[in-house]
Amino acid sequence: MDLATLLPFIVNVVVGGLVLGFVYAIIALGYTMVYGVLQLINFAHSEVFVTGAVVGFEVFRVLAPNPMNGYLKLLIALVAAMVVSGLLNVLIERLAYRPLRNAPRLVPLITAIGVSLILQDVLRVIEGFQGRFDLTYTLPEGFSGKFCSAESSCVALGNALRTVGIDLQLKDVILIVVGLVSLAVLNYLVGRTRLGKAIRAVAQDRVTAGLMGIDANRMISATFLIGGALGGISGVLFGIKFGTVNAYSGFDPGIIAFTAAVLGGIGSIPGAVLGGLVLGVIQNLIGVTNIFGGLLGIANLEAIDASYQRIGAFIVLVLILIFKPTGLLGKSNVEKV
Amino acid sequence: MTAVSPAAPRRTRPAPDRTLLLVLTFLATSALLLVSHNGELLGRLGNLGGLLRNPIVEAVVVSLFLANVLFAYLWRAAPWAKALVGLGSLLLVLPWAGQEDTSLLDLSIQIMIFAALALGLNIVVGLAGLLDLGYVAFFAVGAYLWGIFASPRFSEILRYYGENPGATNASTLAFGLFLTAVTAASMVYIRRQVVRPTRASTWSFALASFGLVAGLILTGRALLVLGASRAAGLATGIDANFFWLFLALSVLAAAIVGVLIGLPVLRLKGDYLALITLGLGEVIRVLANNLDLYSAGSQGITPIKSAAVPWFDRLAGALGFQPDQYYLLFLYVLVLVMIAIILMVNIRLDRSRIGRAWIAIRDDEVAAQAMGVPLVQTKLIAFATGASFAGVMGMIFAAKQTFISPESFNLFQSIGVLSMVILGGMGSFPGVILGAAVVTLLNLRILPGLGEATANLGLPQQVNPGQLQRLIFGVILVTMMLLRPEGLLPNRRRALELHHEEDQEDDSAKGSGPALTAGGGDVYSPGLAPQKEDERAGGAQ
Repeated sequence: MDLATLLPFIVNVVVGGLVLGFVYAIIALGYTMVYGVLQLINFAHSEVFVTGAVVGFEVFRVLAPNPMNGYLKLLIALVAAMVVSGLLNVLIERLAYRPLRNAPRLVPLITAIGVSLILQDVLRVIEGFQGRFDLTYTLPEGFSGKFCSAESSCVALGNALRTVGIDLQLKDVILIVVGLVSLAVLNYLVGRTRLGKAIRAVAQDRVTAGLMGIDANRMISATFLIGGALGGISGVLFGIKFGTVNAYSGFDPGIIAFTAAVLGGIGSIPGAVLGGLVLGVIQNLIGVTNIFGGLLGIANLEAIDASYQRIGAFIVLVLILIFKPTGLLGKSNVEKV
Repeated sequence: MTAVSPAAPRRTRPAPDRTLLLVLTFLATSALLLVSHNGELLGRLGNLGGLLRNPIVEAVVVSLFLANVLFAYLWRAAPWAKALVGLGSLLLVLPWAGQEDTSLLDLSIQIMIFAALALGLNIVVGLAGLLDLGYVAFFAVGAYLWGIFASPRFSEILRYYGENPGATNASTLAFGLFLTAVTAASMVYIRRQVVRPTRASTWSFALASFGLVAGLILTGRALLVLGASRAAGLATGIDANFFWLFLALSVLAAAIVGVLIGLPVLRLKGDYLALITLGLGEVIRVLANNLDLYSAGSQGITPIKSAAVPWFDRLAGALGFQPDQYYLLFLYVLVLVMIAIILMVNIRLDRSRIGRAWIAIRDDEVAAQAMGVPLVQTKLIAFATGASFAGVMGMIFAAKQTFISPESFNLFQSIGVLSMVILGGMGSFPGVILGAAVVTLLNLRILPGLGEATANLGLPQQVNPGQLQRLIFGVILVTMMLLRPEGLLPNRRRALELHHEEDQEDDSAKGSGPALTAGGGDVYSPGLAPQKEDERAGGAQ
């Protein structure tokens, strides 16, 4: 309606979507890594990521009374979640996928679904013993405030952002920073190190890589370790972003993240990130279509609310698979993980 | 697949004739079932009666009884004995026991509904090799089709359209019908005329299909608006005798939805297809949750009518059933007939040209296509057939529950049906029915029974077996895939196939299980390059 009121609003929705997109992007990286190497949709990845979220919750809960720096707590939570999720992912691969390496492709896929169901109940039981179901994150002091509020030294930056219409929370900024750092580390790991080279070789052709003296099983384990660690990071970020997690909350973000991986071109690291960001923005836009509908006076848009968000992801998935199965960053220029 | 089968030597030795054993088991378990479901008799039995009333014991008795039918199938016995056990169990003993304990009838209906679902999914997954994780969507289509029309929902929809007629009048109906007819005719015409599609023909076809949809919507809306005056008369939904019409319609509707969903997504590879179908299944659930006018949202639709069959009621009355049991007994017989039909269709299809085409596609899509199997058409038939079974059962499910809500149609249900198919054995009809019986018994009797039994042991609520369904489904899926991917009652062809591969890679001392001994070697086996694996799974790309 009125552009002057609408524009900052849109900017905020898009920025919020980008922040959300970083969470999806990092989950999507976990999918894309595993898919790149094994051509397997690791359905259990959404539970690996929830495990990370649960670990993060426990760390924050245990450290809550401790007067240490909030960022140190965050670091501990991230590292703990990475370790637990990474090892869990390796364990899953070892027990459930490796014996089926040469089976028809449907078989490991069904196993992955089974593993995901098992993990859901195990998580529920473990947390249930403490009488918890919905885990509410107790963030360190100050994490819930606005980014660069009046007290801090970067008031100018905060004010500058606010004049453009961007109103960021501190936790959003943390999310973006952690996301960017892990992305950079992953890019270095896969692109520049011997390990990354070996993983890429295995992804390209497992048999030939074996002939060249690369232990494919170890490389696959390493991939799962990295993917799981990314899942752990994204779990903690998810918890910080949304505040609550339960054993079953992995499904939706898992699906959206997989969509993101496909959207970007599965197997491609920049693709996964791009897909995550795009989907985050799309989802945020669907979430506020009712407000747009109200502003623009379109009644039908008002009926579409947040519950249609996941439909949005699925429609994107269907469209992308029908019209461009290779994803946005098509296969020709994809750097396979 | 001409490999030497590991099962071959076993088949040369004939199984012993177990006619007598079969009949004796049948008599014993039937007696046990009848006694344990007779409240009066149990009261007189004292302690023993108490034991038989224990939910776990009861579940075991029911399982033992149902195992009879399985034995009749498995054991070598005289045909009369097999027929006696099969028909006697299902037509005589079960209804008889159900007369005393209605929950038994209820359970049998549930088992058969899920068996039909599993048979339908078996066509899609087991025969055609397309992993469908949104199968329950078709179940929902059937359930909502009957649920909306045979409940007060229908009059509410009519009332809504009566209050909001918009610009609709009788001429809208005429225009809608005209549009529908013209566009449908032109679609057929274009199809006939065009040998090789051009840009113009594709566009005009798309335009015509768009017009068809518009025409159908206009017609439907006009019908609703014009029928709105009768809303008061339909306060409890349409006449129950429409049940039979809707039985046919639900088959049709689910098949159409199956084709509509299948058409765009069947070009995809195995695991992408799984994900897409999962997504579309969720979409249908979200729609059911949000289209409040039609589906009553998350509250669900209730009460839903069942068919009125006076002569059957009289018959049941003459057999000594109580009036409140009539409809359950009716549904029991109906489901029994349905499952017989579905099983027959399945067997006929399996042996037909289509069935062989499905298996060819599952085994190697590229080769099948090269041999002249029309890929899309054959896959669509599989999708539509599987969907239509689910649709009809969805409708019966709605009539039985008298209540449906989106919660009954979530992803977990789809995975439940999938685990039935996998447990029993993909591609094997008796196996799939067994899988359905086992999983349903587990879900409805054994787990709740265990939960009740452990409730007094001071076990925490969280590990109550009644709530561990996901864990158990997961364990079923994983262990079956790892240890016995061909299922409990395997389809012979599939079992050969799965073990054929194993024999190739490790024909030595590793035993019958797959290569659980995870040495590094299995990856490098020559001739098993991953690319080849991809194609085996049926990649179209």
